[in-house]
Amino acid sequence: MALPHPTPTATPAPLSAPEGPDQEIVAGQKREWPLALLLLLPSIAVFGVFVFYPFVRTIQLGFYESDPFGNTRYSGIEQYQEVLTSDQFRSSLWVTLQFAFITVPLGLALGLGLAVLAHQRLRGIQIYRTIFSSTVATSVAVASLMWLTLLNPSIGLVNQALDDLGRDRILFTQSEPWALWSVSLATVWQNLGFTFIIMSAGLQTIPDELLESARIDGAGAWRRFSHVTLPLLGPTVLFAFVVLSINAFQSFGQIDLMTEGGPLGSTTVIVYSIFQRVSSNPGAAAAQAIVLFAIVLTLTIFQLRVLERRVFYGS
Amino acid sequence: MAAERRAGALATAGRYLLLTFCAVVVVLPIYTAVVLSFQPSYRLLQFPRVLWPSDVDFSTFSRAWTTGNLGRYMLNSALVSGIIVAGQVVTSILAAYAFAFLRFPFKRTIFVLFLATLMVPAEVTIVANYETMQNLGWLDTYQGLAVPFLATAFGTFLLRQAFLQVPQDLRDAAALDGYGHRGFLVGVAVPLARPAIAALTVFSFLLAWNQYLWPLLVTNSDDQRTVQIGLKALSAANLNELNLIMAGTVIAALPIFVLLLAFQRQLVRGLTSGALKG
Repeated sequence: MALPHPTPTATPAPLSAPEGPDQEIVAGQKREWPLALLLLLPSIAVFGVFVFYPFVRTIQLGFYESDPFGNTRYSGIEQYQEVLTSDQFRSSLWVTLQFAFITVPLGLALGLGLAVLAHQRLRGIQIYRTIFSSTVATSVAVASLMWLTLLNPSIGLVNQALDDLGRDRILFTQSEPWALWSVSLATVWQNLGFTFIIMSAGLQTIPDELLESARIDGAGAWRRFSHVTLPLLGPTVLFAFVVLSINAFQSFGQIDLMTEGGPLGSTTVIVYSIFQRVSSNPGAAAAQAIVLFAIVLTLTIFQLRVLERRVFYGS
Repeated sequence: MAAERRAGALATAGRYLLLTFCAVVVVLPIYTAVVLSFQPSYRLLQFPRVLWPSDVDFSTFSRAWTTGNLGRYMLNSALVSGIIVAGQVVTSILAAYAFAFLRFPFKRTIFVLFLATLMVPAEVTIVANYETMQNLGWLDTYQGLAVPFLATAFGTFLLRQAFLQVPQDLRDAAALDGYGHRGFLVGVAVPLARPAIAALTVFSFLLAWNQYLWPLLVTNSDDQRTVQIGLKALSAANLNELNLIMAGTVIAALPIFVLLLAFQRQLVRGLTSGALKG
């Protein structure tokens, strides 16, 4: 999985308290900044060259248009306007939104459901937990090829099963609207391990006594879930929501492997659209990347807000 | 009493049934992948019997390994992931040490800059990073695959947290014993932060091994491709040889599954403490 973009859940402290303790190890030492600089330099160099510089450069590239012959010319803000209003970009944005609207709620519901199911004291429950978290080990390529195989139009097992049931075959990855659903299915499955782990960790923080006393008060399983578990799990669910959303906006591999953006652009998400233009039209790709950045930044800020509030109320 | 016990047993049985059903659904794609990978081609059309493997044929694995070039891809992935993990662990330890134990100007600002790197997804910077690779002549090279990922803010935060847990008493004792920074880092801080370092190692290996977009963009030749990209080539060249494709997929996924089984705890720790960009 294009692994998440979350910020610390278990230990939210580092976000709000960047200052380390001020004590020096060796008392009365000389200035420490040269050593600090030396220690920080490798990281700063990598971030400078491969995060900060390219970020600024991407904004700049967005102001230049390139023609098919590799010539570039300055076009100012025009290119951003062009990209934002182009049918092609709007289509990719719409596809990405659809993709997010399918994968995020489905992923949350299934991850939470499995976590609740596996959160009981039963012999052998560890085996089930391992199985439920197993998809976290699959890469996007592995997960996509597994699903591509299951959904293969001629000899995939799903289509063979449809045959046996006397139903028509389905061109899962080559026809609308199936292509988007196929890609979404693979994505939900691939993220399931991660969502399960996050939700399980959240469940473990809920004191057993709370659920026990609710049970003694005569609350049934559903009431215990909806009135005790779910409210207490709220922050975890929100966290998973943001991570899955950001993931959805960054999705690429499953599209590239399963549908190549087709049919007729119906699975061309923003990142796939950027990818197609990296070498042919860097300017347009850069402008789209900046829009993507704005979207992900909004989601990240939302996440930090949520975390902050949670830290505030939680402690 | 007996009726109650029977109801209890029934409820337990129901739970197991539900759990098992869900487990089967979740694991089915993996199960079919493994089963198909060692079945001869003619059996692929015998659904549902193919799900019970009988005519075992492991030649798919050797074909994927040699003609599918997976051996080379695996080597590339191992090399690149190894470099990335080693690099991330070292740079994170150094930076985390500075943030946890040293006093220097602009500490807060630099920390926020580290934090800011988490807000710029790799997908956003690929256009400019691709250009950098072209200019450096690093397309289709190991350094092109690894160097952009040699530092990680997530790892730095994780290890900084671990370093901050080092008890003050220990720091004082180390100071009294005349430990300098180097001695304290190597002799006290790093050994005490071992669990966090293990979590970072497992986690960054997982991310590095599973990378897709960047290696796809910067490699063209069979010699440099990582295994994830190699899988795409394998699948594209053998469209309907599902057993061969699945054999390749199993080979590519195996290291990570072994890792997950062996280091489940470290991985969970990495994930729940905030998994960050790949």
